[in-house]
Amino acid sequence: MFRRLPAHLGKISAIVAAATVLLTGCSPEYAVLNPVGPVGKTEEHLIILSAILVAIVVIPVLILLAIIVYRYRDKPGNRAPYSPEWVDSKTLEYVWWGIPIIIIAILGAFTAKTTFSLTKPPEANVKPITIQVISLNWKWLFEYPDQKIATVNYCEIPTGVPVQFELTSDAPMNSFWIPQLGGQEYTMPGMAMRLWLQADKPGKYNGYGANFTGAGFAHMNFQAVAVSQSDFNAWVKHVKTSSPVLTKAGYNELKKDGLAKEASYSAYPPGLFNGVVMQNGGQYMYGSQTPSNSNSTKNSSGNMSNMNMDMSNMNMGH
Amino acid sequence: MNTVPHWGIFITEPMILGSDVMIVLTSVAIVFALTKFKKWGWLWREWLTTVDHKKIGIMYMIAALLMLFRGGVDAELMRTQLALPNLSFLDAEHYDEIFTTHGTIMILFMAMPFVFALFNIVVPLQIGARDVAFPYLNAISFWLFFFGAFLMNISFVIGGSPDAGWTSYPPLSELGFSNGPGQNYYLLALQISGIGSIATGINFLVTILKMRAPGMTLWRMPLFTWSVLATSILILFAFPALTIALALLLLDRTLGTHFFTMLHGGNPMMFINLFWIWGHPEVYIVILPAFGVFSEVISTFSRKATFGYGSMVFALVAISIVGFLTWVHHFFTMGAGADVNTFFAIATMVIAIPTGVKVFNWLFTMYRGRIRMTLPMMWAVAFIPCFAIGGATGVMLAVAPADYQYHNSYFLIAHFHQVLIGGTVFGMIAGMYYWWPKMFGFLLDERLGKWAFWFFNIGFYVCFLPQYALGLMGMTRRIYTYPAGLGWTVPNFISTIGAYLMGIGFLFIVWQVIYSVKYGERDVTGDPWDGRTLEWSLPSPAPHYNFATIPTIEGRDAWWMAKQGQLDKNAFLPKKSDIKPIHMPKNSGRPFILSICFFIIGIGLVFGVVPFDVIGGLGVAFCMFRRSFEYDTDYYIPVDEVIHTESALGRLQG
Repeated sequence: MFRRLPAHLGKISAIVAAATVLLTGCSPEYAVLNPVGPVGKTEEHLIILSAILVAIVVIPVLILLAIIVYRYRDKPGNRAPYSPEWVDSKTLEYVWWGIPIIIIAILGAFTAKTTFSLTKPPEANVKPITIQVISLNWKWLFEYPDQKIATVNYCEIPTGVPVQFELTSDAPMNSFWIPQLGGQEYTMPGMAMRLWLQADKPGKYNGYGANFTGAGFAHMNFQAVAVSQSDFNAWVKHVKTSSPVLTKAGYNELKKDGLAKEASYSAYPPGLFNGVVMQNGGQYMYGSQTPSNSNSTKNSSGNMSNMNMDMSNMNMGH
Repeated sequence: MNTVPHWGIFITEPMILGSDVMIVLTSVAIVFALTKFKKWGWLWREWLTTVDHKKIGIMYMIAALLMLFRGGVDAELMRTQLALPNLSFLDAEHYDEIFTTHGTIMILFMAMPFVFALFNIVVPLQIGARDVAFPYLNAISFWLFFFGAFLMNISFVIGGSPDAGWTSYPPLSELGFSNGPGQNYYLLALQISGIGSIATGINFLVTILKMRAPGMTLWRMPLFTWSVLATSILILFAFPALTIALALLLLDRTLGTHFFTMLHGGNPMMFINLFWIWGHPEVYIVILPAFGVFSEVISTFSRKATFGYGSMVFALVAISIVGFLTWVHHFFTMGAGADVNTFFAIATMVIAIPTGVKVFNWLFTMYRGRIRMTLPMMWAVAFIPCFAIGGATGVMLAVAPADYQYHNSYFLIAHFHQVLIGGTVFGMIAGMYYWWPKMFGFLLDERLGKWAFWFFNIGFYVCFLPQYALGLMGMTRRIYTYPAGLGWTVPNFISTIGAYLMGIGFLFIVWQVIYSVKYGERDVTGDPWDGRTLEWSLPSPAPHYNFATIPTIEGRDAWWMAKQGQLDKNAFLPKKSDIKPIHMPKNSGRPFILSICFFIIGIGLVFGVVPFDVIGGLGVAFCMFRRSFEYDTDYYIPVDEVIHTESALGRLQG
């Protein structure tokens, strides 16, 4: 029965399946392809551009393979030419070294441009907000240094405002990812890393811990809630008046292995973020500088020359 | 040592208890069969002490197939757990152990031995040598691999498997987060087998450079041998980085050093750099030999020499070199600056260029050829679309800002399975079918092989294409369960069906092998595929000295040229007057015993039992000491015996 099946059946089903994936890509489940902010949009554009560029090579390969395998099959009476001695062609070699080189050059240029641009705030004219993130086993702690409040497993952000997430970990390294806002960045012990994101539409966006950290990892999700600036201000006020205080003892309790529910705190121990970074290795990396000195909103232009610490590259992120 | 074995798990978990029972029953059955059929002596003389590259290759292949089964069962368990949201078929602890052993076993104890199997079986025959350069070392390599794999596999039933992922990043893999013996098993198993891998790299580098038949210049070497040469060099430069990373992490865990710990000045980032300085070249270590197989298979079954031979060699070398400049793409998201990320992004894309060139050269090898769709050729043809798509998604992943969205997601999982299965596994299966008659003297049944092929191939796409979609939906790797309502259920369910189809495909291969032992077509010519390279000028299976007289090679694909009448075919058959006593290495039981001693050290370090380390260490030292003063290591096969063997094969000339 198999003799009847064309040899390229698997390939055709592959193309059909790939096309299905791409065509259904606009449905809302595809978080990466439905970004709601400038960072996610930039990355989506690059994803689409790269898909088109690689298709320029892949599609001809698939078509050529189907034609060649069919046409030159070893069947009696096959009148297609057979040239066993024809095994070299300078012209053809130029073509298939040359075209990929051009494609990679184009893609490389766009990659470089975007990689550098994502280290800067997505919106230059709006004053950004800073949120410090500590990943714990197995929950997320968010601190708002300007508002002096903290939350667990959810964060609220104002729409249309660039958010500077400063990331570290007080547990094995995790990765901070809100697909609809943009790509991820690791939370690493002893390092303070920066990730710029922004939401332009109000909504609740799923956030994930993307790097494996042990038994509770699968449940380490959070929500990023984007609301208007006035709603955000109201929320901050509400947290300040109605939520309990996160004490040092409370943090040590939170740090223990286990899952946690969403929570908010009207205050948190001052210097907690920097203390965590320094204690977990930052002391060796940053010398006497605290990460926040050089990583504060004052330097929000993202210009690396403004940073005066030993390993400025290491804590830039994107 | 601070590790606390949780012995209770030994009997309380039904799955582990089941495995215990299976292992005991299987072991008893093997011991019983060997005793009943009086095969202990045969096992020792013919296999455990052998230094014959062909037998070592066969043992590597059997081990690789067993490990493919073990890693495959792991995969089926994971896919079952993920088929629907909120299942509790596996709990988090088990799932974590299973994805860790799945990845570790598939890369290091399935792909690596499969690759080494083909190195051993093919290279000496292809270059006209009677064995590898260091046959005794070759046996040590195999047995170190074997006992490393053994150590990894017993972890599940004795003390608990590692559960920090196959990459085992600290600080998660440090004490405090991974306290049991599991992580030690990982470190020791990889370390012991890694010594063997480095030795294999040295062995084949020297074999290829020094032991080619007269006239076989580098430029006349078959492309598979070229790929082994490139791979050997990669092994030599890449594996020491892994050795160091594993050793330092072991020191952290056993002696309380702080290389990679969170506190006291450790820097986990250093492990990640070392790991991927090995880890990225490692993927080329397992893919280049597959490229070599495809070059041989496509050329043979298109009845046409490989198109653009020079370009193919240059591409192999280019991939080997640039492969060392891409490791940071495994952690674009760990805070490197934009300049660093851009460099490694573009270096990664550059690798796609020589790889793409190879694909075009394979296509044009078939163009104006005569294509015979045998089993090896079917896998080679299936490789091209699979690898083209997997390579394309690889280029997409190389785009650093896009990678911020793909990293750690199922998009990445789909990509690397597509290149590792579509490349390495398809390549190894194609190579196994192709050289099977040379190993065993019979062909594998074509009808069952086609069932296996279609189940495995269709299953592959059904399994992994939905995973690209899942990645774009935000599903991250290594989660043991997921909630409903995210749109992840349907793609996960489809993916699980695909995994089962692939499992059925594998079972067909097992059935095919068993069936063919009895009913497979016998290869009486030694050249069942109308091959092009030197190994097909020998009978199947080849006599243990391979070549009675070493032929002089006067062209690329010399055997094919001889069959076409362009060269003298009789030059490949031994003349009675030319036969001289053949110098061969003697068998030795010491590689086996030495490796057991390493295994004892391993057990000692896993559980912190110092006497084991002392006993094993003394055993290793004793074996090395004895070898240093051993002079009776080789012998000569007398002319009469060679003449007798060759004339029985009907090959002897006047």
